[in-house]
Amino acid sequence: MIFKLTDDQEAIKTMVQNFAEKDLAPYVDEWEEKEIFPKEAFKKIAELGLFGLTCPEEYGGTNMGSLTSAIIYEELGKVYRAMSYLSISNLVCFLIYKNGNEDQRRKWVVPLAKGELFGGFALTEPNAGSDAAAVQTSAMKKGDDYVINGSKIFISAGGEADVYTVVAKTDKTKGAAGASILVVEKGTPGFSFGKTEKKMGMCSYPTRELIFDDCIVSKDHLLGDEGKGFRMIMEALDGGRINIGAISVGLAHAALTKALNYSKERVQFGKAISEFQGIQFMLADMATEIEAARLLVYKAAYMKDQGLKVTKEAAMAKKFATDMAMRVTTDAVQILGGYGYMKDYTVERYMREAKVGQIVEGTNQIQRVVIARELLR
Amino acid sequence: MNVVVCVKQVPDTESVIKVKPDGSDIITDDLKYVMNPYDEYGVEEALQIKEKFGGSVTILCMGPSRVVETIRTGLAMGADKAIHLDDPALEGGDAFATAKALAEALKGIEYDLVLCGKQAVDDDLSQTGQTLAELLGFPHASLIQKLEIADDNKSATVHCQVEGGLAVLDVSLPAVLTTQKGLNEPRYASLPGIMKAKKKPLDTKDLAALGLSADSVGCAGSKTIITKMTPPPERAAGKVIEGEGPQETVPKLVQLLREEAKVI
Ligand SMILES: Cc1cc2nc3c(=O)[nH]c(=O)nc-3n(C[C@H](O)[C@H](O)[C@H](O)COP(=O)(O)OP(=O)(O)OC[C@H]3O[C@@H](n4cnc5c(N)ncnc54)[C@H](O)[C@@H]3O)c2cc1C
Repeated sequence: MIFKLTDDQEAIKTMVQNFAEKDLAPYVDEWEEKEIFPKEAFKKIAELGLFGLTCPEEYGGTNMGSLTSAIIYEELGKVYRAMSYLSISNLVCFLIYKNGNEDQRRKWVVPLAKGELFGGFALTEPNAGSDAAAVQTSAMKKGDDYVINGSKIFISAGGEADVYTVVAKTDKTKGAAGASILVVEKGTPGFSFGKTEKKMGMCSYPTRELIFDDCIVSKDHLLGDEGKGFRMIMEALDGGRINIGAISVGLAHAALTKALNYSKERVQFGKAISEFQGIQFMLADMATEIEAARLLVYKAAYMKDQGLKVTKEAAMAKKFATDMAMRVTTDAVQILGGYGYMKDYTVERYMREAKVGQIVEGTNQIQRVVIARELLR
Repeated sequence: MNVVVCVKQVPDTESVIKVKPDGSDIITDDLKYVMNPYDEYGVEEALQIKEKFGGSVTILCMGPSRVVETIRTGLAMGADKAIHLDDPALEGGDAFATAKALAEALKGIEYDLVLCGKQAVDDDLSQTGQTLAELLGFPHASLIQKLEIADDNKSATVHCQVEGGLAVLDVSLPAVLTTQKGLNEPRYASLPGIMKAKKKPLDTKDLAALGLSADSVGCAGSKTIITKMTPPPERAAGKVIEGEGPQETVPKLVQLLREEAKVI
């Protein structure tokens, strides 16, 4: 076993770190506070090639592989947790690249990989969250077209994204086997945006409702075959879960760094609080857990790059890393005491941001369902 | 336009620099190294020139094997090729000895312009570029903040920062120019750039390949020697001037500035 990044990975890590520190870090508080979707920052990220992590060069991508991607997301997560939106756009890019035909790849994958178009992923509905097979949005074949009806909620970058992969039933009589994925572009008649949610954190990108009211797209918008939607999503989600894990490792690292620095400066009872064993043990536990999560994430990513099945490992990495980030950010607030609860000290934001990791891309209960299913196979 | 950019690897500007107990050098064990920030402007400018006029960008860098990482950063930003001067005898040189090695390396290649950072942020000598120009017998301009190459590529107009103003100069090419903040906004290396960097030509030259003798370069060939390094004295605590309003505090401040700080 070799625990060492390649020269390229080191160079990429350094580049992303420099970029994140100079071009993101100074602005994140403002974006989050004022709910600004930083399109310009995402454009810069596109120039670096980060929107094309999941597709090959011939389609404008950089095909970085899962481990290098994890390293990138970890670095971004250290500075800007809501950068997880990038993972969603990459997921959309991957779905279309993996399942689309040549025309669809040229039309959508190339601009998505270059970050000229932003992607959105639309699965969740009011009555279909964890039970994704219960989606009610329908896409009925009519001649050479599909007519889409229904609504999606909690869609990241809803309204901002240009291209959405929408999960809809092409056969309402079936459950998961009736679901297909259609690509719908912003501006298509019958496709509109509803309520923008007020969130606990991650406020710099909108989470919004998508409404389909007799929205007509040509059959060229169907990815692959009818009824194969869930199989496509499951494959894509392994990668997405590793990314969420990686971002959470970065977030927790940021929280630990803040707590560590603060503990050395804050004096109570005549000494720095870092001299109290009670604080030291918290710091030690935080660091240990971060390292453990990082290894789970890297291992799942490494296995994925080897072409191995990683459903279980990706679920473990996602569950452990996001739960870890929740604990570590909570402890960071604790170490900063009352100051930690104040917005000026940032760790309260980390704590709010950590929570979402336990919910999205399959709640951590669902990750356990996935892990157990693999164990009991 | 073929442009050569002289690049130096320096300790990360955020590093905490410690001096060896005997004062002979700094402690380099845990240092993180980066491309000298002023050289980044040079690389960026060279890339923009290439984008406008075509040609090539060559990175020229002297130092031990660790500097290859910095060379690759330049290649990842978009430079085409690199020359790495690597020989133990080259180490410890001052600006003169360094310029001498760089000048020798430039002999075999074709170029229209040489760019150097205005200074390296490690020893802050601000002399290598100018010395290099002298050794090559080319004109030079320092602290450039704007560079316009004439359409015939035979001359350039440069804006140089001077005390309290700006000097606009016409220089014939080839020339050596040293770059200053404000010239441009250096790009980041992109992912495709980083992946391609490894495949770009990197020519490593030792002393023999340069055709120089060991006593003419490095520490032995230097005109200055470092006799001792000491860390700067610890900064004394600031002074708070107490008093009721500006009527009381300003005269005290003026008095201190005059008598203690001796700046007015
Ligand atoms: C910020 C944010 C961004 C989002 N972005 C997107 C997006 O871009 N696209 C998209 O499609 N969706 C998105 N979502 C939706 C997200 O994927 C869902 O919220 C998530 O899948 C959970 O579904 P739910 O909210 O309906 O919860 P429910 O499924 O109703 O779950 C409620 C609780 O029950 C538990 N539970 C459910 N089933 C089981 C079970 N079988 N065993 C044990 N416990 C169970 C859950 O773990 C949870 O604790 C986003 C959500 C958030 C908060």
